[in-house]
Amino acid sequence: MSESLPLIFDIKRYSINDGPGIRLTIFFKGCPLNCRWCHNPESLSMRTQKLYTRSKCIVCGECVKACPNQACLLSKGGIVTDAERCQTCGTCAKVCPSLATEMSGRFYSVAELMGIIENEIPFFDQSGGGVTFSGGEPLMHTPFLLELLKACGERQLHRAVDTSGYGKTADLVAIAEQTDLFLFDLKLMDAELHRKFTGVDNSLILDNLKALATAGAQIEIRVPLIAGLNDDRQNLEQMATFVAQLPGPRPTLSFLPFHNVAENKYPKLGQIYDISEMAVPGTKRLQQAVDICAAHGLIASVGG
Amino acid sequence: METTERLKIDPQRKAAAEGNFYPELNSSLGPGMNPRIQRLRKLSVETEPSLSIERALHETAFYRENYGKYSIPVLRALNFLDHCQKKTLYIGADELIVAERGPRPKAVPTFPELTCHSVEDFHVLNTRDQQRYTISAEDIETYAREVIPYWQGKTMRERILNHVPQEWQAAYEAGLFTEFMEQRAPGHTALDGQIYRKGMLDFKAQITTEIAALDYLNDPEATDKFEELKAMDISCDAVILFAERHADLAEEMAAKETDPQRVVELERIAAVCRRVPAHKPETFHEAIQMYWFVHLGTITELNGWDAMNPGHFDQHLTPFYAKEIAAGSLSREQAKELLCCFWIKVNNHPAPPKVGITARESGTYNDFTNINIGGITGEGRNGVSEVSYLMLEVIEELHVLQPGSSVHISSKTPERFLNAACKVIRQGHGYPSIFNPDVYTVELMRQGKSLRDAREGGCSGCIEVGAFGKEAYVLTGYLNVPKVLEMTLNNGIDPVTGKQAGMASGDPLGFKNYTELYAAFRRQLNYIVETKVRVSNYIDRMFAKYAPAPFLSVVIEDCISKGKDYYDGGPRYNTNYIQCTGLGTTTDSLAALKKHVFEDQTFGLDQLLAAVANNFEGEEFLRQTILNKTPFFGNDDDFADEIALQVYADLLEAIDGKPNVKGESFHLNMLSTTCHIYFGKVMGATPNGRFAGKSISDGTSPSHGADTHGPSAVIRSLTKLDHTMSGGTLLNQRFLPSLLKRDEDIARLGQLVRSYFTLGGHHIQFNIIDTATLKAAQESPEDYRDLLVRMAGYSDYFNDMNADLQQEVIERTENEAF
Repeated sequence: MSESLPLIFDIKRYSINDGPGIRLTIFFKGCPLNCRWCHNPESLSMRTQKLYTRSKCIVCGECVKACPNQACLLSKGGIVTDAERCQTCGTCAKVCPSLATEMSGRFYSVAELMGIIENEIPFFDQSGGGVTFSGGEPLMHTPFLLELLKACGERQLHRAVDTSGYGKTADLVAIAEQTDLFLFDLKLMDAELHRKFTGVDNSLILDNLKALATAGAQIEIRVPLIAGLNDDRQNLEQMATFVAQLPGPRPTLSFLPFHNVAENKYPKLGQIYDISEMAVPGTKRLQQAVDICAAHGLIASVGG
Repeated sequence: METTERLKIDPQRKAAAEGNFYPELNSSLGPGMNPRIQRLRKLSVETEPSLSIERALHETAFYRENYGKYSIPVLRALNFLDHCQKKTLYIGADELIVAERGPRPKAVPTFPELTCHSVEDFHVLNTRDQQRYTISAEDIETYAREVIPYWQGKTMRERILNHVPQEWQAAYEAGLFTEFMEQRAPGHTALDGQIYRKGMLDFKAQITTEIAALDYLNDPEATDKFEELKAMDISCDAVILFAERHADLAEEMAAKETDPQRVVELERIAAVCRRVPAHKPETFHEAIQMYWFVHLGTITELNGWDAMNPGHFDQHLTPFYAKEIAAGSLSREQAKELLCCFWIKVNNHPAPPKVGITARESGTYNDFTNINIGGITGEGRNGVSEVSYLMLEVIEELHVLQPGSSVHISSKTPERFLNAACKVIRQGHGYPSIFNPDVYTVELMRQGKSLRDAREGGCSGCIEVGAFGKEAYVLTGYLNVPKVLEMTLNNGIDPVTGKQAGMASGDPLGFKNYTELYAAFRRQLNYIVETKVRVSNYIDRMFAKYAPAPFLSVVIEDCISKGKDYYDGGPRYNTNYIQCTGLGTTTDSLAALKKHVFEDQTFGLDQLLAAVANNFEGEEFLRQTILNKTPFFGNDDDFADEIALQVYADLLEAIDGKPNVKGESFHLNMLSTTCHIYFGKVMGATPNGRFAGKSISDGTSPSHGADTHGPSAVIRSLTKLDHTMSGGTLLNQRFLPSLLKRDEDIARLGQLVRSYFTLGGHHIQFNIIDTATLKAAQESPEDYRDLLVRMAGYSDYFNDMNADLQQEVIERTENEAF
């Protein structure tokens, strides 16, 4: 059965930055984009991944003993995983006493997730909050997502979907019928740069945004603002022009200033975070972004 | 999130940014709405607490002269009158609200009739690093000559400690419980609105009527009642006299004063002191001064725990405020200035010094006057008024240690008030704490209070609730619940000292399953509670007989009509609380035993107990497994939460309904104040992975760092407990300022509170993390596993970050501090 179920890599309670009110955010694993600044590198792969935090490791060697594939090796720098041998079976994480080794990604049934969601209803009720489906890219799991959205709808819960917009237009339109708010990410208007920094073309994303707007969906555009990458006037002017011309209810924009705290997470996956071309945007740049939007009659803000 | 029109990247809110806050004055004097308040605050904050031996000298001389001539209540009242006659008065420059317990601000008297400090005690108090009280060598010498020889062997402390059973002594010394009354008198008293409707002359008239109605032929207690009522009458005179002396002094000072504005003020002070407390107050100023005289009277007469408390002070002051604002005789500014004066007055009164175990358990200058703000009225209506908002402004502007404050948020409380309170909380001074009147009204009614009396109740001190102005709800001491488990796992022997401290509840290695182990814990618990209750009842009788409080009895309802003292069942309601500490540590320890030993059999019981006995030395694998692979309380995990429910039910079973000596009962309370630190120090390691000597969990909060699923999960766990069965639960939550940056975040915090209260929570308090805490978290990460750093699109636990990122978060926090 597990093949039809998506992996979830995090469920966040008291989520207050992903839509209105107090929310529960469910993070799907797997993303068609590969943004260089990604804050959640474990969200990219569809597969279960092993995370290793050296500072937590007490070097007890239990994982080395327990691994059925002899993939865990004890070295001076702690535990090293032989990627060739590792079957990501999770035995090492099970025996690890200190959470130094953890598996990212777990299967949940719709019923199981609804149980978790229902526990949070008192907080939604008091705050006008609800559930946010994020990722990774939730669109990669449309049938499952639709089931969840429908179940939430039956309970009259507010539903938000946080998407890169990179997916089948028909899926997105179907999801829109079961969704109260889209948190739609826009990154770069230049197709070439978009391809360079995210790995995919942006035409589908822009078409999908148009399709959603045409369908009358409520949309909050979220822009990760990265100095040196997408905070230039040209990109922001193009973005504002595009958004201002969308049909339907006018979306709001939210600029999320880039921060480099995710550099912590990459080594856990044995990866390197290349942020050489990126920097934290200054106050002036953030203000300029907001002002450009305002000049196009758009309501923008700085989030996070 | 802010809109284009008012984008502010800098989240810092200056005090003047909204509401009626004052611009920060460029002054070296520090915070305050005007130079007067700045000067008064500066003096109060900067004056070092000192000891005054004046009261002890008066009292000793009086006792030498008069002991044996009068009944005990009358002797106590005359002693109080004598001190009020002779006491050094103080009216400071700038003051509008006057009178001090000591001869000057922050000078604390001693109460040798309760506990007589030795010369050695004074040297310790004079030199210890924390909670120092200065005293001159000359005063120590005088004390040694005049005071100590008379009281030796006659104090309440000796009366108690010299007569307790050996089992009690052993358990007490082991730190299984504390005893509040070994150095201070029963207290935690809060007042209702009576003193704003009646002056001391009205109380005296009522006393006269009761005396006239005594039936000496048919009522066997008539003579005792007469003595008590006579004592109450004398104590009213004492307080009137005390006020009149201040009026005289103010007039004298006015005659010599050259500043015409100050002359007017001093004349007003004199007029106020002539009216109150003899008569009921007519103005806002008089109402505050009325309370202050009553406050001082009760804390001078005796040294009750938690000083005294005005209760729902905003509700009591509101009629005076409304009347005067309408008449134009008072402005909002003037009202606020008077409140500031009052706040500073309370801050001038540090708790009298404690020694020994009690000092270890409650080592603070804070005397826990807790101003209740908001809430509901006796009629069940919303109690928030403009005075409530004024008080929030005062708290935000002054940030002084005392008085403590709490906001009371019922379903009827307006959102605006909750938001205003949350903004003060964001400042990170720890106050105000937040209470739920909808729940504590039920708690109080379950204990037998009428609906109206319950609604007029609230919290005093820390989180304990009572019927204000009508109840003696005596906190008898803290119970170290994790230590009870430690006794169970050591067959009654204290592993720290090797002495027998609990009962022999069975060889732990003989427990075949969790049920047997838990049954032994329950036996141990009942034994410890019974040991404590027995002595508590004895102490209650000693206070009733030898240390009555006739003045306090005047202002607590039904004492006059019953002709009985506050300590002798005079109040309408009489409760004894036992405060249980460490639910989280106990639950998590039991969860570790249940899961790893009895269910998964990862470790043998012998192995786990040996590791605990050795403070986990060489057992890092075992300890890490327990820390990371055990369901702990506070994560909305039924495995742990069911254990917490069971422990809570058994605490209730052991305590609730045990008869006290006043014909009423003991009830359960779940507070800890700072006692969880002392309790941790007297304990070895615990099966939840906690090292020896470290703090146990506070109140009903999860163990430090055990809650890793965020505040909503903590709330879900906490509200599986039925709070209405207790007299108070306590939940401390840590928040990083980054979670409270924007106005919406403040709204979310309020909604979190509403959610908790809708689900039945009693109290919640937010500690806004400062950089010092983050640095502490770097030092001992295990205690801070709950620290979640959150930014848009990203969140991580502080502990999981590398040192550089932690440093960045620390710097951000510094910038974001409010």
